[in-house]
Amino acid sequence: MTETLSPKKAVRLRGRSFLALALSPEKPFAEWLEGLDDLARRSTGFFLNRPIVLDIAGLTLTKDELAGLVGEFEKRNVRIMGIEGALPSLLGPGMPPEMRGGRAAGDIEVPETPTSPSGKADTAGQAAAARAPLPVSSALNQPHSLIVEESVRSGQSIVFPEGDVTVLGSVASGAEIIAGGSIHVYGALRGRVLAGSAGNPNARIFCRKLEAELIAIDGLYKTAEDLEPALVGKSMQAWLEGDALKAAPLA
Amino acid sequence: MAKVLVVTSGKGGVGKTTSTAALGAALAQTGQNVVVVDFDVGLRNLDLVMGAERRVVYDLINVVQGDAKLAQALIRDKRCDTLSLLPASQTRDKDNLTAEGVARVMDELRERFDWVICDSPAGIERGATLAMRHADVAVVVTNPEVSSVRDSDRIIGILDSKTERAERGERMEKHLLLTRYDAVRAERGDMLKVDDVLEILSIPLLGIIPESPDVLRASNLGAPVTLSDANSAPARAYMDAARRLKGESVAMSVPSEPKGFFGKLFGRRAA
Repeated sequence: MTETLSPKKAVRLRGRSFLALALSPEKPFAEWLEGLDDLARRSTGFFLNRPIVLDIAGLTLTKDELAGLVGEFEKRNVRIMGIEGALPSLLGPGMPPEMRGGRAAGDIEVPETPTSPSGKADTAGQAAAARAPLPVSSALNQPHSLIVEESVRSGQSIVFPEGDVTVLGSVASGAEIIAGGSIHVYGALRGRVLAGSAGNPNARIFCRKLEAELIAIDGLYKTAEDLEPALVGKSMQAWLEGDALKAAPLA
Repeated sequence: MAKVLVVTSGKGGVGKTTSTAALGAALAQTGQNVVVVDFDVGLRNLDLVMGAERRVVYDLINVVQGDAKLAQALIRDKRCDTLSLLPASQTRDKDNLTAEGVARVMDELRERFDWVICDSPAGIERGATLAMRHADVAVVVTNPEVSSVRDSDRIIGILDSKTERAERGERMEKHLLLTRYDAVRAERGDMLKVDDVLEILSIPLLGIIPESPDVLRASNLGAPVTLSDANSAPARAYMDAARRLKGESVAMSVPSEPKGFFGKLFGRRAA
């Protein structure tokens, strides 16, 4: 490490949530794998290029059995991104990393031929671990927006990864709003708001009276201390310009 | 049909018990049939403030568990015969407050009285949520300081989500009672001003009770301040608050010591 390497550059760490397929094998594995092969045959390439999480919660496995299972997936060209619900003792070097904190999303349909009912039963076992539910066709028609008609009180938390959140009242100190899209607050903004949480740098924050504890867009944040004093108490909007979180008064 | 009122707050020590006693007595003095119920099991205080601690035989837990009849546990006030008290237990465990038992007692109280005023324990634990569960009206007691205001905000959120009314999709009527207010210190900026508190909490104001040694004295004498010294500034403020609870329109004033010095009238009304 020479000095030439270290002009101080901030490393930006950001969270992302993705929709991953979760496979939960059942014992006996030979039979279950047969079902998987069957599924793969009917919808060619379904498992290719997809992030896949192996969910082994509730299974009692030895380390060898787990390694064997991962090997079986490798044979089928199914790459396991991570393992969920495993005891730490089961995982070691060479194994996919442990994953936790996944949230269940809706079941994922096998896109190709929804032929036999047995095929459906197979997919039903696959809960996807990610924040956003799959954009199913019916949901696509719905505007992704949440309107909160009253104030958000201290201690309340509104999480809406699907889109914009509009609050007609105030957001109290100690309250929190996390939106996948933009956040609009028509009262005073005193709490924490995180817009573009699912990785949307185009999200914005609007409010009528800025007294926020924290504002964030796509992982970049400013706390109350970093906010320009000139903006406090004013109506303002905040947006992202490259790697900078900008804020300006609303005319 | 009786109105069930819960006196609640996020923080302890803001004056819930004092306010319960004073409001209860003030309503009773106008001829209404009132019962004050102490939900603060384990830390009973309302009986002390009401001066009835030596007359407690059965308590709320006894009635909830069915060991005693409601009539046996109710204590009628000696100074005001339309005022009754249902004390809390200090020895029993608060886990004995079952949701079904409380519901049954509340139904019985509703039949007997015009007003059922529940003194809630502070905070958001089970006792507090049980006390507010059956209420029609909530009085949120707040001091003019930031921590008290934030905790009150939390309580208002819970009133809007965890009560029977909220579960039926109705709005709970909520009022703010600002206690221990000192106009001089608020003017100096040592305390939050009335407007600041109202703006943050955005619920209608029921009354402003001035910081006064009369309140402490009344508490220690075992008399609600509205009964012991009806002409004192806090007593008048509680009386006005009680009238507003009954739906009367009373101009809001910020009483202060020394009298008349800062006693300017605020043109605000309880909504």
